[in-house]
Amino acid sequence: MATSNPSVFLLTVNGQIEGADFPEYDNLYCKYCYVYGHDWAITTGLEEGITQITCKSSLSQTLVWNFPLETSFKSTNPSGWPQLVVSVYGPDVFGNDVVRGYGATHVPITPGQHTRTIPMFVPEPTWKLQKLTGWLLGRRPEYTDPKVVAQGEGREVTRVRSQGFVTVSFHITTKDMKKMGYDTGPCNLQTAASVDQPCTF
Amino acid sequence: MKDTEDSEEDSGETLKRTLRAQRQRRRRKLLEQSSVKESQHDDEDEEEVSAVQDQSVKEEPAEKTVALRPPSGSRRGYSLKPLPVSSSQKLDTFVTRHLEEKLRAARFKGESLQQEKEVSADPASRLQSLRGRDRVTRFDRETDSVKAEEDDVSVALSARVKFKEAAKRVNQGLPTANEAYNFFTFNFEPEPAEETEELRRKKRKQKETTEKDRDEDEGEEPEEDDKEDSQDPNENQSEETRLVPTEEDLFIIDQSARDFLEVKKAEYVGVKKRAARDSELLFTPSFRKAPTSVKLPENVKPRFIEDEGLYVGKRPSVSFTNETILENRLLKMEEGLEWFGDDGRILALPDPIKESSTRPPLFSMEGDLNPAIQTVFRKAQKSKYAADPEGDYQLDVEVFGLVFSHHPLFSREHVLASRLCQLYHQYLTRQQNNLTGHLTDKLNGLRNALGNMMKIHREESLTLSLQQRISEYSLEVRDTRQLRDSEQEKDRTLLKNIIKVWKEIKALREFQKFTNTPYKLLLRKENVDPASDQQEYEEEIQAEVMELEAEKEEDYQRSLAEYRKQLEEWKLWRKKQKAKRKKKKKKKKSQKLEDTTEDEDEEQEGSELEGPEDGPPKPQPPERPDFDAIEQQVKEKASKIRRKPGEAVLIPVLSASGNITDSELCPRVEVSRRQEVLRHSLFIKILCNDKKVSKTDSRPLGTDFRVHFGQIFNLRIITCPQSINLQVFEDTGSSSSLLAQVFVPAPEPSVVTGSASLEDFEFSSNQRVMFDHEGVGSDVPLSFEADGSNKVVLLTSGKLTCGVSWGVGDDDVPLAPSASQHPGVKHSGLGHLDAVTSIGASGLYDMKKIGEWAKQSRLDPNDPKNASIMQLLKVASSGEVTAPEYFRLEHLQEEFNFVTDEELDNSRRFRLLRLRNQGVKEFRNYKFIPALENEISDKVFQEYERRLKDGETVDTREHLDSHRALVAKYLQKIQESVMNRLLFAKHRFLLSDLVVEEEIPSIGNKVPVLLKAEKLDSLEHPRQNVRERDRADVNHMLKILGINLFKLTEPKRPLKPQRKERKKVTAQNLSDGDVKLLVNIIRAYDIPVRRPQSDKAGQSSQPAIHGSDWYLNQVQVRPFVEVSFQRTVLQTTTADGPNPSWNEELQLPFSAPNGDYSTSNLQSVKDEVFINIFDEMLHETGVNDKERGPSIHTQVEKHWLGSVRIPFSTIYSQSRIDGTFKVNTPAVLLGYSKERSHGANSGYDLLRSVSEGAFITLFITIEPQLVPGEPVREKIKELKFDSQEHERLLQAAEKFERKAAKRYPDRPCITTVIDLNGKTVFITRYIRPLNPPPEFLEAFPNNPQEATTLVARFVSLIPSLPDQVSFSGVCDLWTTCNQFLTLLAGDEEEHAVLLCNYFLSLGKRAWLIIGTAIPEGSTAYVLTHEQSRYLIWNPSSGQFYGQYDTFCPLQAVGCLVDADNVWFNIQEYASPMRMSFDVSKRKLWKPFFSGSFPHPGLSSVQPEELVYSRTDEAAAAELQDRIEKTLKDKIMEWRPRHPTRWNRYCNTTLKQFLPKLEQSRGQDVAEGHRHELQRLLGDYRVRVTAAQTHTESVEANTNRHVFPPDLRIPAAHVLLRDPTRHRGRVQHRRPQHPRIQRGVRPGCALLVDVRDVSLKAFQRRGFVRAGGRGEFAQPGRQLLQGEIGDLLTSRQIQVLQRTTSSKKRPAGITTIKKYIYCIKTTVLPHSLWEISSKNNL
Repeated sequence: MATSNPSVFLLTVNGQIEGADFPEYDNLYCKYCYVYGHDWAITTGLEEGITQITCKSSLSQTLVWNFPLETSFKSTNPSGWPQLVVSVYGPDVFGNDVVRGYGATHVPITPGQHTRTIPMFVPEPTWKLQKLTGWLLGRRPEYTDPKVVAQGEGREVTRVRSQGFVTVSFHITTKDMKKMGYDTGPCNLQTAASVDQPCTF
Repeated sequence: MKDTEDSEEDSGETLKRTLRAQRQRRRRKLLEQSSVKESQHDDEDEEEVSAVQDQSVKEEPAEKTVALRPPSGSRRGYSLKPLPVSSSQKLDTFVTRHLEEKLRAARFKGESLQQEKEVSADPASRLQSLRGRDRVTRFDRETDSVKAEEDDVSVALSARVKFKEAAKRVNQGLPTANEAYNFFTFNFEPEPAEETEELRRKKRKQKETTEKDRDEDEGEEPEEDDKEDSQDPNENQSEETRLVPTEEDLFIIDQSARDFLEVKKAEYVGVKKRAARDSELLFTPSFRKAPTSVKLPENVKPRFIEDEGLYVGKRPSVSFTNETILENRLLKMEEGLEWFGDDGRILALPDPIKESSTRPPLFSMEGDLNPAIQTVFRKAQKSKYAADPEGDYQLDVEVFGLVFSHHPLFSREHVLASRLCQLYHQYLTRQQNNLTGHLTDKLNGLRNALGNMMKIHREESLTLSLQQRISEYSLEVRDTRQLRDSEQEKDRTLLKNIIKVWKEIKALREFQKFTNTPYKLLLRKENVDPASDQQEYEEEIQAEVMELEAEKEEDYQRSLAEYRKQLEEWKLWRKKQKAKRKKKKKKKKSQKLEDTTEDEDEEQEGSELEGPEDGPPKPQPPERPDFDAIEQQVKEKASKIRRKPGEAVLIPVLSASGNITDSELCPRVEVSRRQEVLRHSLFIKILCNDKKVSKTDSRPLGTDFRVHFGQIFNLRIITCPQSINLQVFEDTGSSSSLLAQVFVPAPEPSVVTGSASLEDFEFSSNQRVMFDHEGVGSDVPLSFEADGSNKVVLLTSGKLTCGVSWGVGDDDVPLAPSASQHPGVKHSGLGHLDAVTSIGASGLYDMKKIGEWAKQSRLDPNDPKNASIMQLLKVASSGEVTAPEYFRLEHLQEEFNFVTDEELDNSRRFRLLRLRNQGVKEFRNYKFIPALENEISDKVFQEYERRLKDGETVDTREHLDSHRALVAKYLQKIQESVMNRLLFAKHRFLLSDLVVEEEIPSIGNKVPVLLKAEKLDSLEHPRQNVRERDRADVNHMLKILGINLFKLTEPKRPLKPQRKERKKVTAQNLSDGDVKLLVNIIRAYDIPVRRPQSDKAGQSSQPAIHGSDWYLNQVQVRPFVEVSFQRTVLQTTTADGPNPSWNEELQLPFSAPNGDYSTSNLQSVKDEVFINIFDEMLHETGVNDKERGPSIHTQVEKHWLGSVRIPFSTIYSQSRIDGTFKVNTPAVLLGYSKERSHGANSGYDLLRSVSEGAFITLFITIEPQLVPGEPVREKIKELKFDSQEHERLLQAAEKFERKAAKRYPDRPCITTVIDLNGKTVFITRYIRPLNPPPEFLEAFPNNPQEATTLVARFVSLIPSLPDQVSFSGVCDLWTTCNQFLTLLAGDEEEHAVLLCNYFLSLGKRAWLIIGTAIPEGSTAYVLTHEQSRYLIWNPSSGQFYGQYDTFCPLQAVGCLVDADNVWFNIQEYASPMRMSFDVSKRKLWKPFFSGSFPHPGLSSVQPEELVYSRTDEAAAAELQDRIEKTLKDKIMEWRPRHPTRWNRYCNTTLKQFLPKLEQSRGQDVAEGHRHELQRLLGDYRVRVTAAQTHTESVEANTNRHVFPPDLRIPAAHVLLRDPTRHRGRVQHRRPQHPRIQRGVRPGCALLVDVRDVSLKAFQRRGFVRAGGRGEFAQPGRQLLQGEIGDLLTSRQIQVLQRTTSSKKRPAGITTIKKYIYCIKTTVLPHSLWEISSKNNL
């Protein structure tokens, strides 16, 4: 479909949630979903998913999911660029399923291969006693919606604690973006290759 | 022993004989002994002894044979064979012999064994001997073979071994009695024989081998040893046999047999002895701590470094015992003391183990390092500057020289000389600029111009512009003159100073008699023409005087004018004062005649006082300027600043041509100074970016204090340097010190070597230097005056001449970085051209900065673009810089605009994006705004624009009624404004909005929300649950932790599950079909029962049929429940009896409008759940089809009995509905009676009557639980609404509410509410007695009770519109009664307030109850106190309940409100049944206003009086017609295939009937009415239902609601929205009821009764009559609530509007209140149609 005047551009995200690094926890699984603006839609692929539960082995302390992401977006407007929101859950000492981390990252805008290490965090209980009871009962504070971490609004009321890292690799392909006047390509190939660095926010 | 053996060996064969003899002897003895021993040991029997003796006798021949045998001593050789042997020859012979002997011995043994029966005795003796030997040979065991030792060890191992030992002993010596006994009691039977057999065999073999091959004997032996291993018992035995004689032989050598067989005591070395012996060899360190003195050298006291305050590291922890052991060990050592420190402890390094890990933990993905600290390989690459072709820069730093303006080594003369130099320099520069001449010229020019102007226009009158110009000129002249004067003054003082300093130098030189500096000042005189000079001077003065005079004159005129003006004012004021005073005087006179004198005095004083104080001071007339003085002044000034006329012009010339006196002629101090100077040398270090780059050569300091370097340094750099620093160092022979630093700016890229000029950089140092010689030093006060005054402090300072420039490459390219890299102009290459980027926005107001910038950027002054700036700079440089009197806000805004505003406005895309961002309703959820402009059509905006345009106009078409439309618009506007207000609030988040957290108080069972599985269980006792909850709340705080900790131990699936909170689902991820409405129909009470039916109406009243038998036999009622919600209709099974129990759960799918499950959208869902109760009737129609043969047909009819309606918004906001509800039954149910069943006794009637009507118990919830919009409500409270209430009141109210909520979280407490304007109003302001319509009072003048109920009914008929629906649940707005009646809609609060106000005006004691009820949730009721009992009124239904009514829907009472106060319920229970309403009791009710905070007297927001007007009857009739017509049309439209005929007779009947219904106010129709009705409609079997409804729906879409054409299909289908679709359903259903259809007699009537209570509140009733067989259907409420309701309402409001408008005309402006009321219980029967189905069905 080679139209000279496209009305939408496409963004294909391939990749995988490679794994996580949670030094203290084990038996974790990960949920992911995308958050995007009004002018975006998913044409193919899963918008959200849940990985298998993975355990650490004695050899490697990393948690490996290797959960594939394969989604295509179409859009008319770069505003509201998709964000990948990951949230990690796992059992606590008493076997209750509690959240181990939330994190989000924008889908890289430049085509090519990218690796993102997403720092994860969880909301903190408002006071100590609650922390204790929460720990005992396995009811830790959670976000009403994991997608909260993809927005900036209202975050000032929360307090969070950092937990670990999730590593995601992306392979980005775009179509028709240049035709519509959005040039996201790297200035040269050299810099594109050196983009692989942990994202910071 | 060994020795003896050896010696024996050595002795050779000679000895052997003797040996043999001895052995024989010993053998004999041995045998004897053994026999003796045996006899001794064998039982004491003498016979036995004798027998033994016999044996011994028999042994004799054996003995002989033994003797014949070669002695076994040779075998000793064998046993000793491992030992070193002296000669092999001997050994050989010895071995052969030994073997022979062995053979012989074996033979002998075999014989003896055969002969003797007590062979076994031998082993015993051997054992004995073995033992003995063992003991003896313990210490010289080396000789023994290992085997023997092994045997010893394994003594006790087995019987066999024991046997062997025993055998040995037999051979060796006499066994003890015990041994013998043991021996004999052991069972060795089989073994000896075997053994001997083997032995014999072996011996034989041995013999053969030895005979065959003697040479190999030696090799044979080990083989035998091997064999021994394999043939264990045998070999051992044989070995023992061999061993024993050997030993015997050894002993035999020097001992007799007796000696040899000595039995020794076990050798035991005593413990002490052994310890003593051990102590020689072993050392056991003691556990005891060694005394410190031991550990230190003698006479040294322990020294504790720690106590001396020195740091001593922490010793590694070693257990005390271990330490002492080590200490003791060390003490034992020779050099042990070295290991001890001064404190007497072992030396120890500090503990190297850190408490915490100092290395950061490494988290790694790949099992190795964290990516952050991982080493990453990067290919070596050139610096990014290198990649730039211009990256290789060259900076040339030329250090030319250095001149000191002051140096510590300056002599006094130097100081003066340098000062002279400076002054001269200054003079030169001034001369060069020649400012004075410039200004003088300018002044002259201006004067000329002014003079010309004056001259030209002398005659003519000056025009205004000319005047302006003249004044401007004169102003400029004045300024220029002033400037010139100051310059002239400066020039003159400078000249004077130069001369003065020169004189000082000369004086100094005179004084000190030597010269240090070469300077000479020459003053060149230039003579001038004295006459002309004098003239010029005079002219100048004259001109100035004239100007000044003119100026002064002008000033004078101006001030004179000013004076006059002020004088006028003053006079005026004075006059007034006088007048006043006169008045006063008069007054005073009239008052106090006697005090006249005093008055006058006062007055005088007053005038004196008042004059200067109060009024404006009397202006002083300006003085006339003294023109003579001016001339004098000018002259004085001129003489001061100007050369005197005729005086020669002095031009100083400084030359350095003087001679310096030689050192020899100078005094000593001067000589030492000069020597000191010579010692000094200077060099300069060059630092680039604070890194030393290079250094100049060291140059000596010249006597003139000038240093010349003249060096150029080429710096190759890759980046533009941040700083270039030249450090001046002074080298005084031995040391060098930093004198000063000079920072040189990095040159512009355009400055290249060659073109660059050298620049002087001043430096100075504040170092203090003092000398004892002639040098003046630095930072030392210095005076040139004789008396030491006028001291000056001079600091080392000087000038460094250097140049910094960029080098030039080979190809003439400057080796300079591009401008962008330059630190000064980082922003952009355009930095120079753009003032803002160059100097920053704030700099725009700083003229100096602008000037600098203009200079730097070398603006082209001729460029018209820069004209304004140049002008600005001109002004700035003229010295009169004034900051602009305005400022620009966001002057940078334009820079950030990516398109112009116009473009932004015109672009459809941007507009769309903006509107969406603003949250405009139409575009809020607009997806995919196209990327390209042309893809957006204008249609997108059409609706929005139309809405904007139509905002004002009212669309009557949609609403059929202009007033209603107006109200709708009004509501919409309010809603919008509230929404806008809340848009802000919505973006303020609370923690609970973002984080789901178990709040501690709610962990328990505070908000028990049912799990689906446990629902039924809890439904059984809803009331009980409430009670339990209350109780739980009381103890809640205590239990929190305990309960929760218990939970840990709870079983995972308990048998009796506890309630657990359901997880709330956020709306975002829901879609259609996910959400379901769960309706549990539990049971119903008091369903109306069937009346006996008969064909004729007259028969129905026959008493015979009413007999109890009939009741028993007849099915009373078979009710079932049908629930309809949205498009789904579900029904329960059919139950029996008036108190059925279904216990069924129905699941109805829920879909939100537009699939939007956001909270706000869900809150505005207006759908309702209809729960209809039907009676299922079965009719057997009998045989009526003859063609097909006899058959029985059963007709199933559904008879509507009543309904309950629950809005979805209620369910949503409360998350569940749980309780018993009153069923809304029709007023008249023909064919049914509401009387109790036969079981109802008269005794119960009283109680029963309280709870009139049918009830149904329900539980409704949404699955999954949706998050209700509560947080928004909470947030609205946080928002501070502006209020007219006093701040203190608001604070108190907030505190009150907070406290209440804290203590009783489930009891609503409201003290302040928000009115329609969004302002906070205190609640009591709403309560005020208001008059009800007078007709109510007139209607029952004698019966106040009736009037009360009438009023309640009136209020209840006002349509109710929940705020949550209208305002998207964002907040609860309270309207005043006026607004309420105007809006025609309100929720419970408005109803309650109105009702309460009416009651108050009726003289009742009434309160507003704020509480919770079923199903409304938090609501408002009205409490009245009548005849010592409390009545609770439900304002929306007009019903009242006693306090102790079980079926009262009010569940909890939060607070009571009246006009003066608010009381909060602090009783134990909140249920009205269990509490007291006596508000005077402080323990039960907490008042808001109390002694400490009294009621501040709040005025009411309600009007004083409500004005009502009458209904226009004609208009009402018109409305009826219209309704009737619409209904008819609709019904016919629904039945397109069947003609519909309308029954007139029915109409008339109902016409008479309906008014009576209204009179009974919807209560049960008396029996009479029914009979009348039946009589009237005699021919038909009639079932009439009357329902009543409000107009809830403001939204009036006539096409939406559909009335079912097939009347047999119950009303539940009414709400189906799509008529076509519905029709399809109807057609689909028909085949199911063919029989019913066929049997219908024509005549089905729908009768609609419209009664107007008021125009606001009206009631409609639908009567349905089904003719023929009694089939009928009733529209129920649903029918009427749709468009019919709106029709009615709007119609009536039209009428109302009309009345208003008619009133408006005469009155001009009338309030809207006027038309609020019109009353007449008009019954408007409308016969609609008659269905004639005779033929067509």
